[in-house]
Amino acid sequence: MTLVLTTIVSGLCVGSLLLLIALGLGLTFGQMGVINNAHGEFIMIGAYTAYLVQRALGDPGSSLLLSLPVAFVTAGLLGVVLEVTLLRRMHRRPLDTLLVTFGVSLVLQQLARDLFGAPSVNVTAPAWLSGDPFVIAGADVPRTWVFLFALSIGCVLGLRIVLGVTPLGRRIRATVQNRDLAETSGISTAATDRMTFFIGSGLAGVAGVGVTLLGAISPTLGTSYIVNAFLVVVAGGIGQLWGSVVAAFGLGILESFIGFSIGQSTAQALVFLVVVVFLQFRPQGLIALRTRSIA
Amino acid sequence: MSTAERTAVTATRTRGLRRILRPRARLWLGTLAAALILFVVAPAALSGYQFGLLAQFLCYAMVAVGIGLAWGQGGMLTLGQGLFFGIGGYAMAMHLQLDDAGPGGVPAFMSLYGSGTVPAWWEPFRDPWITIGTIILLPAALAALLGYAIFARRVRGAYFAILSQALVAAFAILLIGQQASTGGSTGLSNFRGFFGYSLADPLNQRLLFFLAAGTLIGMVLLVRLLMRSRYGELLVATRDQEMRVRFLGYNPALVKTVAFVVSSVFAAVGGALFVPIAGIISPSDVAVVPSIMFVAGVAIGGRATLLGPVLGSLALSWVGAQLQDNYPSVWSYFQGALFVLVLGFLPQGFATLGGVLRRRKGDSR
Repeated sequence: MTLVLTTIVSGLCVGSLLLLIALGLGLTFGQMGVINNAHGEFIMIGAYTAYLVQRALGDPGSSLLLSLPVAFVTAGLLGVVLEVTLLRRMHRRPLDTLLVTFGVSLVLQQLARDLFGAPSVNVTAPAWLSGDPFVIAGADVPRTWVFLFALSIGCVLGLRIVLGVTPLGRRIRATVQNRDLAETSGISTAATDRMTFFIGSGLAGVAGVGVTLLGAISPTLGTSYIVNAFLVVVAGGIGQLWGSVVAAFGLGILESFIGFSIGQSTAQALVFLVVVVFLQFRPQGLIALRTRSIA
Repeated sequence: MSTAERTAVTATRTRGLRRILRPRARLWLGTLAAALILFVVAPAALSGYQFGLLAQFLCYAMVAVGIGLAWGQGGMLTLGQGLFFGIGGYAMAMHLQLDDAGPGGVPAFMSLYGSGTVPAWWEPFRDPWITIGTIILLPAALAALLGYAIFARRVRGAYFAILSQALVAAFAILLIGQQASTGGSTGLSNFRGFFGYSLADPLNQRLLFFLAAGTLIGMVLLVRLLMRSRYGELLVATRDQEMRVRFLGYNPALVKTVAFVVSSVFAAVGGALFVPIAGIISPSDVAVVPSIMFVAGVAIGGRATLLGPVLGSLALSWVGAQLQDNYPSVWSYFQGALFVLVLGFLPQGFATLGGVLRRRKGDSR
């Protein structure tokens, strides 16, 4: 029983991280059809931001909390730069954005390699996260996992509030549902796109800070998460917040269970296959946006 | 680029030599020129090392020809060609390993990592004909099954790209995980013979180059044949207006699957020939990033043209080989910039550069 619980908890931890990454990815994919391969590099930038903030401040506790907003803004601004300079001109060619952003990710990785060196660096976890694990019903739960879980749930709720209540959220939803109609109603969809990209990339930055709690930071950090995050977005349903939540935790727990029984590498491969098969039955993902288009 | 624009580009290009020669004559002349370059000029002009490199690049170019058909003509952006390249490559590598070990022998790496016995699923690859059959039929069957299932559910565009990427990621992870039977992340290497011919002999390496060159030319001709047929028209129509094709009574899923199967077999053959030429196959040859790099050459050369994918892929590999070893940092920036510039500003690749420039000039006048 304890074993099952441990496996579930470790799945929730993997899922929290996936969710943080997929949130931003799904946001920009849903609204603009942009498949942002450079999203993984925004994670990497968030992680290096945490590293730099800690080097500047010294104290692990306050630097972790401070690096969350700093990474959000840094990655977000970079995302806006990418959107304004490049992606805006490719609105009608979503498939090409996939390759263009791959080029961007190559450049960003090399930049990180030149700035910080190829060997990985570490961020020290603060004392209140590296202490004794919590014990829940006999299962050990490391404090960092709880922090990650809380962070991702916090981000989901924050995003939910922004999308649901604020004027910006209303504009974003209008643009997602019908871009032309939104434009006709006086919404500047270009400005909305920029803000969406800011939020989406910023969330990747926050995810990057979270990643530093789990392991070392290297220039190619983002590549290991991006494929999984894409799957979460697709499996959850494009632009569907709750779909992404269910898909992220579902995939995390699934991977954790398979990984526990037959080994980590096979688990990864199997999870990918499960998603491919799942999409055979629900090509629109868990939660589908109802539209009147024929496709 | 809209259809009207594309017609304009083709119209401006139909001049000069192209207008004088009839299509059939151009076909023969083009094939002759390609054969001359590959079979006479290349062996004479290149050093042994460069010659070997070019032979590898020819194998990559085979993958590119397939992607040109599936993506350029059929609109299916496949980021998972490494899967088929890998199936072809590993099938060939397994046969070569078993062949080197002799009848009943065990490949050296297996006694190193594993139990020292040959797994049951390796055994059939002792037979050269089963190996060749697997290299062609397994990717074809897999692509047909996957492709039809996916396309019939009307999964397309970005979804298809992401799925194909996930598949190749899963494949690479499995290869790395099963070290005892696949060699893990170091892959399979140190082959001594190729169907009875010694790979150490430079003459045989030259023959392998000719084999690859001939195969590549054959593939390009096959794609041209396909595109000139009614099927080719249907494929382009499906790319541009899938709904209309469906309403006309065709089955778009079937049309797309055929192109996907052909491109997968091309990739597998490329992988199979790559193994004896490069002397190694490892997960880093078939994973997510190399699969995107296969697409890169196609995008840069010109996805919707016949020769664009081949030339783009060859050029990119060649430049890469020059820069990668000496200036790895510059190569990364150059590659990234190339992606951004070509796809952002010249989406149909360098093959259309002439047309685009001419149109610009025409506009300003």
